[in-house]
Amino acid sequence: MEKFLQLTLTGLTNGAILSLVALGFVLIYKASDVLNFAQGDFMVVGAFITYGLIVQVGLPWPAGILLAVIFAVLMGVTIERLILRPMIGEPIISVIMVTIGLSSLLRAFVSAIWGTTGRAFPAFLPSDPVNVLGATIGADRLIAIGLVAVLFALFTLFFRYNREGVAMRATADDQQAALSMGISVKRVFAIAWSIAAVTAVLAGIIVANIVGVSLAISFIGLTVFPVVILGGLDSIPGAVVGGVIIGLLQAYMAGYTPSYLALSTVIPFIVLLLILMVKPYGLFGEERIERV
Amino acid sequence: MLSLNNIEVIYNDVILVLKGMSMAVPQGKIVALLGSNGAGKSTTLKAISGLLKPEDGEVTDGSIVFEDTEIQDLDAADIVRRGIFQVMEGRRVFEHLSTEENLIAGGYTRKDRQAAKRDMQQVYEYFPRLADRRHQTAGYLSGGEQQMLAIGRALMARPQLIMLDEPSLGLAPLLVREIFGIIQRINEEQGTTILLVEQNARLALDVADYAYIMENGRIVLDGTPQTLKDNADVREFYLGLNEVGARKSYRDVKHYKRRKRWLS
Repeated sequence: MEKFLQLTLTGLTNGAILSLVALGFVLIYKASDVLNFAQGDFMVVGAFITYGLIVQVGLPWPAGILLAVIFAVLMGVTIERLILRPMIGEPIISVIMVTIGLSSLLRAFVSAIWGTTGRAFPAFLPSDPVNVLGATIGADRLIAIGLVAVLFALFTLFFRYNREGVAMRATADDQQAALSMGISVKRVFAIAWSIAAVTAVLAGIIVANIVGVSLAISFIGLTVFPVVILGGLDSIPGAVVGGVIIGLLQAYMAGYTPSYLALSTVIPFIVLLLILMVKPYGLFGEERIERV
Repeated sequence: MLSLNNIEVIYNDVILVLKGMSMAVPQGKIVALLGSNGAGKSTTLKAISGLLKPEDGEVTDGSIVFEDTEIQDLDAADIVRRGIFQVMEGRRVFEHLSTEENLIAGGYTRKDRQAAKRDMQQVYEYFPRLADRRHQTAGYLSGGEQQMLAIGRALMARPQLIMLDEPSLGLAPLLVREIFGIIQRINEEQGTTILLVEQNARLALDVADYAYIMENGRIVLDGTPQTLKDNADVREFYLGLNEVGARKSYRDVKHYKRRKRWLS
């Protein structure tokens, strides 16, 4: 029982991080129908930039994180300007290929500056063990869960009550109609990419705080595919639910199955296959509204 | 207020859709633009509202002047800010948003939130049915309610000119009457100028102050509704009336086609 609880807590932490990365992925897909293969690399870039700012430049950690977030916004806007805008009107598959190129580019950028070996991240969150219902968990993991919950609450409010948020959903629904009411689709894309970059960078920092910085962080970006397929590619609640389910499954597999099977790595993709066979739009994927 | 001077529109660099189209929409009036399928009515509206570009269309010649400024090269958002709002054909509500969120999206270009709130109340006064459904998902509204929402969305931007593309499309006659009544009210009470594109010529001629008839990408006839209703060609081709009121034989239809060709 104690082991189960322990695994559940670990799973929830990983799930929260997966959800955060998935959120950015979903946003980009909703706004522009593009699958962003560079989402995991955004995390790596964020983690390394924060590492550089805190350790190498010597900034206090709040300043380091703030600058990293600002960098993420700029990165989102720049990518929209330089890479996506010229691709307007091209087939969606070409744009997706471009994000694969972007992924390699970002990795190269990171390896060129920081090399390919992992480093320890200055732990700014306390990692003292906390006792939850008899299981122990690092405080940093609990904080990570809380942080992700707060971010999701903020985004939900943004999309419901903010004019820009409503405009983004409107654009996702009907681009031309949105255009006809003066909503700038380019601006919406830029905001979507910026938010995606910010969430990924924050997730990168959280992960780095727990396991250290390395290029391997971007593998989480790969696990995000099963998450969004499970939750529904265009559903924000789906990103949360999908993230938590995959996170928990991974933790249980790691705890209860022999490690040479590596089931904890494989299970997300087994889920991916099953979901694609049974419910290709995912658990919460938007249904086409049809009036009869 | 708005004038189109000899404009020419080409899609995909090859397909010539508007061939020297000219018309004028005076301030505060309702102007109807009539014509059969493929005459170029929607293209005309899109040329005005700047929505041609995403469809690979382009105004290649002539000018569109709105309040002394040429607007044919501006982008859609700019044109909405200047006060022209197009209600697109087929309603095009944001299906997954609620009624109220659709209205908020319509008022996207507004700066003053208080005034926008008051306008939302006004929209609900014009269309009480929307007020009842304000938190419902727009995709599940009935066709008539969706058309009302589409018009309400336009009002939220407080435009000087509203362009309506076939507001009667797919609606029951009674609803169409209701919607046209409200269009007239908006025109009278708010002083909003209206450019109305319709296939339903009889209806449009009833509400309009002036009308243009389009064929093959240019205007072939224009005049006040009364003169048009009296015009023998219009009676025959657009109102479905002929002198005797009897059924026509195919021979006459061929003759009709010849005359149409001559007209355009």
